[in-house]
Amino acid sequence: MSLVEKAQILDAQGIGRALTRIAHEIIEKNKGTENLALIGIRRRGVPLANRLAEKIQQIEGGSVEVGILDITLYRDDLTTLAYQPVVHRTEINFSVKGKIIVLVDDVIYTGRTIRAALDAIIDLGRPQVIQLAVLIDRGHRELPIRADYVGKNVPTSKKEEVSVRLNEIDGEERVIILGKTD
Amino acid sequence: MRLKNKDLLGLQDLSADEINLILDTAIPMKDIIKRKIKKVPTLRGRTIVTLFYEPSTRTRSSFDLAAKYLSADTIGISASTSSVVKGESLRDTARTIEAMGADIIIIRHSAAGSPHLLARTVGASVINAGDGTHEHPTQALLDIYTVREKKGIVKGLKVAILGDILHSRVARSNIWGLTKLGAEVRVVGPSTLMPPEIERLGVKVFTRTEDALEGVDVVNVLRIQLERQQQGLFPSIREYARLFGLNKERLALADPDALVLHPGPLNRGVEITPDIADGTKSVIVEQVTNGVAVRMALLYLLSGEEDSHEVTN
Repeated sequence: MSLVEKAQILDAQGIGRALTRIAHEIIEKNKGTENLALIGIRRRGVPLANRLAEKIQQIEGGSVEVGILDITLYRDDLTTLAYQPVVHRTEINFSVKGKIIVLVDDVIYTGRTIRAALDAIIDLGRPQVIQLAVLIDRGHRELPIRADYVGKNVPTSKKEEVSVRLNEIDGEERVIILGKTD
Repeated sequence: MRLKNKDLLGLQDLSADEINLILDTAIPMKDIIKRKIKKVPTLRGRTIVTLFYEPSTRTRSSFDLAAKYLSADTIGISASTSSVVKGESLRDTARTIEAMGADIIIIRHSAAGSPHLLARTVGASVINAGDGTHEHPTQALLDIYTVREKKGIVKGLKVAILGDILHSRVARSNIWGLTKLGAEVRVVGPSTLMPPEIERLGVKVFTRTEDALEGVDVVNVLRIQLERQQQGLFPSIREYARLFGLNKERLALADPDALVLHPGPLNRGVEITPDIADGTKSVIVEQVTNGVAVRMALLYLLSGEEDSHEVTN
């Protein structure tokens, strides 16, 4: 059994538009960029956070800090994983204390990654508020977590996978649904 | 990628890739040690036992802290305060500890090969924290981590190991680890403290300290094990210090950016002069911090389980 491409949800332009809209929403919701910082979750949340920061800067001027979060050590499923994830560095070179943190990831699914990320951030300090931005919300939450900013809602079957491919990591720019073949 | 075996018994059995995996994993672990909240939930619910048949301060507390920073529960058992004094065998002690639910057992023992016996006896992971004069893999890993952190790369470096090579498990583990990563390893010490045929491990043997230190990037000074020196293997401590002690003049022969390592505890004025031990080239204190990071990495890497599913996002 292998995974094959079933449909393309977003192309490069679609991803760009979704991120531009999210950038505007972040500015609007927080009435500007004061005290704002973005934290991307490894791996694909990182380029998305960088792009959002760039767009926010273009719209508002001034700079927005961006951090990188590795949640491996905070996962609640380490004992049930068939492989052992490689631990990477968390690189947040600013204090999260009192900040408006926008956590950025590519896909939200069960919500467990975000739970782990929340724990990880709170261990670094006490932000004023943590918001969540994702490019794709594919449903099937196992925890009471929802995103504040969503690029696109994509109802999926649990048998499917959503694959976000970004230039910085994958050398292509699109979002596709993969399905299992018998 | 993961470690091939459930245990870490020595660097002799590890591949260069496995050593690098441990060192790479130690980098984010060191970040945690530097944080205000030095704790992650990774090993919550796991039990780690330190079983020490020989005295130790830094290795034991380093493992203990590493386990605690990863949220594991720890207990320490010393031979002197346990049923060992009643004559219980290592095998029986190990089975008892395992029956209490230990996931990882860290053992230090004066007999070479004890961790191997233990690893065959129990299903839990076993980490060798020093077995006789055989291996001390986690010390070597923290030494190599420190060198790599400071120098960027291990391959091509010239490393001199200075002192009592014969009785040193630290030296043996370092030799295996460093040569696997492509360093040139030199050993120097009194000929009575040099194991026969040590060249077969791929090292260059020197009898004059000055010759061995010429142009090296790292000097790893070993502790003179005064407790093992009752057999008259060298005439006096003073003579040892004069011929093999690391001092300013000798260190000047090394590369200007050379690092000085020492596994501790120090015999100041014997194998190393105080000005060098506390000097700018010394990374002895950082070795201690790095020891915690490396041991956290190991505990994490030995805690993975086979099978089951993956949940993401």
